[in-house]
Amino acid sequence: MSENKDREVLLEKVREFERRTGHTVDSFPGDPNNTASILGEHRYLSEPMSAEAAKKQMFAKSRRHFLSIGATVFLGIVGWRSLSDETKDLLFKSKDRLLLKTFEFNEKVSQFFFRPTKLAPEFPPEQVTPIRTNGFEGLEQEIDINSWTLTVAGLAGRVDDLVLTMADIKKLPRTEMITEFKCIEGWSTIVHWAGVKFSDFAAVYNPKTTSGAPPDVAGKPEDLVPYVAMSTPDEKYYVGWDMPSVMHPQTLLAYEMNGEPLRPENGAPLRIASPTKYGIKQIKRLGRIEFTSERPKDFWAEYGYDWYSGH
Amino acid sequence: MKKQLEKKHPLAIRWMHWINFPLLTIMIWSGLLIYWANQVYGIRIFGYELFKFFPPWFFEISKVDFWGYKIPDYLPAWSYEWTNMPQRLAEGMQLHFFFMWLFAINGLIYVIYTIVSGEWRSILPVPSSLKRAPLVALHDAHIVKVKPPQGKYNDAQRIAYTSVILMGVGSLLSGLAIYKPLQLSFLTAMFGGYEWARWIHFWLTILFVLFFLVHVFQVILAGWSNFRSMITGYDIIDAVEPVAEPATAREEESAS
Repeated sequence: MSENKDREVLLEKVREFERRTGHTVDSFPGDPNNTASILGEHRYLSEPMSAEAAKKQMFAKSRRHFLSIGATVFLGIVGWRSLSDETKDLLFKSKDRLLLKTFEFNEKVSQFFFRPTKLAPEFPPEQVTPIRTNGFEGLEQEIDINSWTLTVAGLAGRVDDLVLTMADIKKLPRTEMITEFKCIEGWSTIVHWAGVKFSDFAAVYNPKTTSGAPPDVAGKPEDLVPYVAMSTPDEKYYVGWDMPSVMHPQTLLAYEMNGEPLRPENGAPLRIASPTKYGIKQIKRLGRIEFTSERPKDFWAEYGYDWYSGH
Repeated sequence: MKKQLEKKHPLAIRWMHWINFPLLTIMIWSGLLIYWANQVYGIRIFGYELFKFFPPWFFEISKVDFWGYKIPDYLPAWSYEWTNMPQRLAEGMQLHFFFMWLFAINGLIYVIYTIVSGEWRSILPVPSSLKRAPLVALHDAHIVKVKPPQGKYNDAQRIAYTSVILMGVGSLLSGLAIYKPLQLSFLTAMFGGYEWARWIHFWLTILFVLFFLVHVFQVILAGWSNFRSMITGYDIIDAVEPVAEPATAREEESAS
């Protein structure tokens, strides 16, 4: 009797809904207004049972799950406590910790996809943005640009270092590019650079090779020693580069920025400019370049940043 | 009233859902550590800044004096780290570029599983869902009494859950576009360049946070039985009234 009355009330509600919305109400499934039936969603239902039986079954399932969650949390805590301090340090604190290892893993993945022929986008001159200056490590001392020299070490067929002047650099072919300068902090500018392609520089001065054979910079770059270490004259700022990135056609030894000679705060007289890596790698005020088979130290990598920092 | 147990969430979905929760939390937190190195975004209209995320006082809050004490004085020592958040870019990047793998793998398996298992039938909207979704909102607001038609989820949920999966895809792709703008320059160009990719990546994160807030609010409203179903897989429902064609109505898999 009361069930019939409930049904009447429900039907009245349904009719009211239909009037208001223009929708027909039907029970799922087989309802053209129900997405579940349009897409043929399945339902997984047990046999109908009394409320008590359902509660009992549900309780059994819940108990099993919540007990396993409790056991997992308990084992997690016990497991964590049983780890030695050395293991915890290895994972989270020491220099070789998991997260820094991941940087190296990501570097390998990145290098797998690296193509020396793939170029970063270049921009028309009207898109050049104002210069944003950041990072003064290694630039604290005054510099006399006229007496500046560049020391080059690790060249093929010589033991002593080579000392170059600005005139030596300017003798090499001039290259210009308008590329995006990307800071690891999360900002970017568009800069018009002029300088010498690092690969042109390397082709003239010949880095040493891994095999010891005479270098063939253009034809056999993979035989060159794998790293380049660069530092400021006071050695207070230093970066390490991998050879493929440094030999990329858009990696410049730059001496001009936006049509003017480099300003001291932007790395006068010579700096690295390249869209292949973040700004922290584009060292200003170069003093020394060394070709080496050992992975060079890097200023910001020592503070926990990615050594590779490549794009 | 007779009851039935309904199996709602497969084991794999429940695992991936709960694994995703801490992963997404870590991705958002580490993303903020990165963002705080150079926080630029806000909401501007006609050049007037309506709203800036994390205004300067936010970073000074550990130094603010409350009746002779600062917040860290009231809280345990570790809280100082949490109220003094900038200058943690390296840490943020380390976390972000480790957990990105787990987040991506978990998301990828989820999408493949959803397609292969047929779970997509419960989650995808159809064009007419747009028409029915507002009814869900009206029903939730107690303006319309009759429950809009639904299967496991209603049309508003379908749109929300599908959107959040697409947001995950968008976060992965825009993240890659920022991470490797040279090797993946086609992807960066697809997002309209490096600056746009960063902007999109940031706003997708804000959308994730908004989704999370609404999601948790709705779960609280829906109650314990619904929440429990995301852990055990089962929900208790009022027995479905027999319909004309019971063979198609019920999948023969028993829930017991």
